[in-house]
Amino acid sequence: MSIILSIIYLISTVTFVIGLKLLGHPATAKKGNLIAAGGMILAIFGTLFLHNIENVPVTNYILIGAALLLGTILGWIIAMKVAMTKMPELVSLFNGFGGGSALLIGLIEFNKNVGLDPALKPSIAITTTILSAIVIGSITLTGSLVAWAKLNGSMKDLRLPKYNLINNMFFIVLIAFSAYIVIFNTDSFILVYTLLIASLIYGYLFVAPIGGADMPVVISLLNSLTGIAAAITGILYGNMVMLVGGILVGSAGLILTFVMCNAMNRSLSNVIFGAFGGDAAVAGATGKTGGTIKKTTASDSAVLLNYANKVVIVPGYGLAVAQAQHIIHELELLLTEKGVDVSYAIHPVAGRMPGHMNVLLAESNVDYDKLIEMDNINPQFPNTDVVLVVGANDVVNPAAHNDPSSPIYGMPILDVENAKHIIVNKRSMNVGYAGIENELFFNQKTSMLFGDAKSALTELVSELKNM
Amino acid sequence: MNEILEFLNENLELIYILIFAIFIGVELIKNVPSVLHTPLMSGANALSGVVIVGAILVMLEAKTTLSLILGFVAVVLGIINVVGGFAVTDRMLQMFKKRK
Repeated sequence: MSIILSIIYLISTVTFVIGLKLLGHPATAKKGNLIAAGGMILAIFGTLFLHNIENVPVTNYILIGAALLLGTILGWIIAMKVAMTKMPELVSLFNGFGGGSALLIGLIEFNKNVGLDPALKPSIAITTTILSAIVIGSITLTGSLVAWAKLNGSMKDLRLPKYNLINNMFFIVLIAFSAYIVIFNTDSFILVYTLLIASLIYGYLFVAPIGGADMPVVISLLNSLTGIAAAITGILYGNMVMLVGGILVGSAGLILTFVMCNAMNRSLSNVIFGAFGGDAAVAGATGKTGGTIKKTTASDSAVLLNYANKVVIVPGYGLAVAQAQHIIHELELLLTEKGVDVSYAIHPVAGRMPGHMNVLLAESNVDYDKLIEMDNINPQFPNTDVVLVVGANDVVNPAAHNDPSSPIYGMPILDVENAKHIIVNKRSMNVGYAGIENELFFNQKTSMLFGDAKSALTELVSELKNM
Repeated sequence: MNEILEFLNENLELIYILIFAIFIGVELIKNVPSVLHTPLMSGANALSGVVIVGAILVMLEAKTTLSLILGFVAVVLGIINVVGGFAVTDRMLQMFKKRK
């Protein structure tokens, strides 16, 4: 490798570290992203033009160029076209592609060694590296695709009976099988393709039972795995930028996974093996809820809002799904015009994706100062006349405070039940992502405004305009 | 066993780097405000596309048709991860910048 390329890799690695560092502060995040992107471009072109591989046929260059061009156009179009609400699943899709890339590299490297003279066979360490790239890459590929399909609603949770047992057994077999290939240092195509298919299936089985609500955590975990796969292929080529870049993503992704779990007051093993909405949630659902709910209409709600002094809006996943971020901003402006003090209460995992609501509301130009974090808004609820809950459920469920049998017990929530009136907009009485009833809906102060967030809010806005 | 020890010995520097990189990753992310988690995850995802470098190396060395085809797909997938990842992160962060 030429010295210049080594230096380029060094520079790229440093930009990755600086980029990640800057991404951690709101003011510098954008710059950080661009710096890291610059480092990546440098690494790609450096590899392309300064490598020391001899006698590369021109066709190979043409193919690489074509692949880069095709992928750049595709990636750019997907990234620009997709709606802001679809961000989490898009990240998952891209991540799956990264895993797919790593698995293909592993496969090609393995194929190279097929049929070699035993004396030329790669060492155990190299075979291990190649197999790890294949296994981890495959798991991230199918796992991410499942996560993507779940978030866009095209796939339901699948829980085989005893799925934890099956998955863990499957995983052990996978490891044992890889160990067998390594120890016997075989170059059997059949064995490696069996391993590949088994890993792909495992990726599917691993994510399939996990509830849609926990997908962001899973995506972050899979993201970390892609990083590790990249680092492993980096070891294969003794390539520093891949190694350090991959490990950085691996450890950063893992920490981010834990931080997200913390925000939901859950442990990682609970997310992976607990399958929210499974047995535990059934127990919670049969709790002490029940009683009658009070339905309301758009015009009644409009009256309530119109004569309030202080209104707090609690946005949730339902708002994101219905793409109602613009209409809620319109409602907010209308109320402010009428002299009502309006603010938004942002739960850290509202939308089940940390920062999801901030991104969404920012898109429709909601003033940053109006977004108030949980710890700051909670003391204000007793002075609030009306709380408007739009498509949020678990983050306002009082069971988190007072029902120890509930699966969300102990999760910090927004104490909306302290307000004078609560209007809850929901599509139906269906339970939230955690799969448990919400006693807030049966509270005397609560009235339910059923309907899709966008149409319900549109109606509300037109009623308010007529007042 | 001997071979493993030998591998460790030969790659000791690599292992040092590995361990330090893990700690840097942890330290960089530990105290990030939750507002930035989504863009950060997206940015980290774009960085994991560094696997593209390996895909290019594989393509440069490819001799058989099979490895050319697989390598082509690997490069396409990798660069989608890189370009898409950075572009989406930028789009997300654009929104944070608007209101100042």
